[in-house]
Amino acid sequence: MAALIFVIGPSIWLIADVVIRALPHWQWSVLTTVPVGVGGGLENAILGTLVIMVGVLLIAGTVGILTGIHFAELQRLRRSGKAGGNFLRTATEVLAGFPSIVLGYVGYIALCVGLHWGFSLLPALIVLSIMVTPYIAKSTESALRQVPTNYREGAEALGMATGYALRKVVIKSALPGIVTGLLIALAIAVGETAPLLYTAGITNNLPSLSLIHQPIAYLTYYVWTDYNQPILATRYLSYDAALILIALVLVLLVSSRLLVNRTQRYSEGRR
Amino acid sequence: MSDEMASTAITLPSASDPTRRASGLGRVGSFLRGSEENAWRWSARVASLIPLVGLAFVLTVLAIKAWPAIRVNGFGFLSRSTWNPGSTYAAPVKTSGVLHPVGSSYGAWPLIAGTLQTSVIALIVALPISLGTAFALTEHLPRWLSRPISFFVEILAGIPSVIIGLWGVLTLGPFLAKHVYPFISNNIPNVPFLRYFKGNVGYGEGLLTSGLVLGLMIVPIIASTARDLFMQVPPLPKEGAEALGMTEAEVARRVTIPWVRSGLIGATVLGLGRALGETIAVAMISGSILGAVSPNVYGTMTTIAATIVSQLDSAATDGTGFAIATLAEAGLVLAVISVVVNVIARGIVNRTSKHLAPVGKS
Repeated sequence: MAALIFVIGPSIWLIADVVIRALPHWQWSVLTTVPVGVGGGLENAILGTLVIMVGVLLIAGTVGILTGIHFAELQRLRRSGKAGGNFLRTATEVLAGFPSIVLGYVGYIALCVGLHWGFSLLPALIVLSIMVTPYIAKSTESALRQVPTNYREGAEALGMATGYALRKVVIKSALPGIVTGLLIALAIAVGETAPLLYTAGITNNLPSLSLIHQPIAYLTYYVWTDYNQPILATRYLSYDAALILIALVLVLLVSSRLLVNRTQRYSEGRR
Repeated sequence: MSDEMASTAITLPSASDPTRRASGLGRVGSFLRGSEENAWRWSARVASLIPLVGLAFVLTVLAIKAWPAIRVNGFGFLSRSTWNPGSTYAAPVKTSGVLHPVGSSYGAWPLIAGTLQTSVIALIVALPISLGTAFALTEHLPRWLSRPISFFVEILAGIPSVIIGLWGVLTLGPFLAKHVYPFISNNIPNVPFLRYFKGNVGYGEGLLTSGLVLGLMIVPIIASTARDLFMQVPPLPKEGAEALGMTEAEVARRVTIPWVRSGLIGATVLGLGRALGETIAVAMISGSILGAVSPNVYGTMTTIAATIVSQLDSAATDGTGFAIATLAEAGLVLAVISVVVNVIARGIVNRTSKHLAPVGKS
């Protein structure tokens, strides 16, 4: 129907536009040099984004998966048997739609200024993790709910304890769904600007491993700041950053899709 | 035969002890098994508290930081239209015990109006597109069509908002301003209500473009929630309607949509919540001006989120910290609106979804 044109059309236009803007001036040195003067490369930003991605995976992944497990498995059931509608879950879902700039602002005030950490990696990780954890929790919970009850009943019949059954049976079968949720959440984290602008700052150096007092670069900064600069070389830098970002996000999304397709081939009850 | 059964009954391991395993480590094994379960339970419980703690922390910090500004700006903050940081050269003065520059006067009405205007336009744009997409996804389209469609919706959801903003301000805005807006602006009759659509179309940065792009961004949320809702509609009423002679469109309009009407309202409000908080794309496309509501639909404006992101740097130059506190107040307004909208939306959506069984489908 006609609505599909309005979805597919702009998506393709969007990606094609970025590619058209960035490709004519693309140089492979962009990947290996840091910003120099008005031009240069994006190595600091690429490595910074990857470091942030790994950090968010560790922090938000752990918290999010455990939260999802809590919601799906370990919560004591209410008498009506209804799964939704309790306070913790509402708080998590409210956090999912929270304005990202407000989180960045709070991170700036409380962590960078209040605790004197300055622009650095740890406030950025904390703020991004708070932002992304609800998505991971939601997808983990729905992946766990899709595991058939038979598996759990069989595990209990064999005499497994709940935690052991969780580790060996339930999580293993829900793993593709959990990983898909992680990949999508990483795609969201990679593309965020507002929370990072005021918590991670910016630097031309490659990311060091210090968690505080040392700012870190990230790709979205260059897209946000340099797109309307008067000097062409800087604008090209911004387009290049946009191109790398799109490539990164597409890699994450495509691999999550491939994962879903591959596991649907082997799982029971596939459509 | 009874001897056989008796002998097998004796040699089986006791099934009543839930922590024993045939080849485990004995007592250490059972201790580890038991404490593993506790470890899972407690770490999951702690982890699930973290989002709540984070949300409470954010709201508390906002309220504490905004309190001085609330005392000075008062209720007029929500209706004034100025944005005057005051004179930073003169000595700061004290009002209600709060230090602030002379002549500073902040009003958030243009911000609030801009936020609401862009969100309304976004909803008007996104709703038909999302419903159409959801319908297309739930019908039995051939595989080669439905897979790419849902993939594109996923891409649209995952593309960073800076890039959508980049496209909007560099490509879509000028394109619309050159080809579409003049057409609309010249051909709309000069009637009081429609005069809002007449005006200088500029270069495409402004209210209408921001609203359109924002609508594009919230399509995936509404579409995926709507698709899940449509899949829950039982096929029998739809088939019955078709047997009575209704066309597909009529079936959709008279059977499917009313069936999940409150769920659709919830999905729309969810999209609204996302649109309210969108920062970067709107900041790039809206022009981020301060202090005035746009006089027509093409003019530049700003939203609360866009103002915070563009003004935080210069707010830090205010030595009394009053500008930062005012931004915190604006952020608090946005946060409260967003929390209220999201709570309402989740309440509506949860109430209409199936009662889930405690664990997965059997």
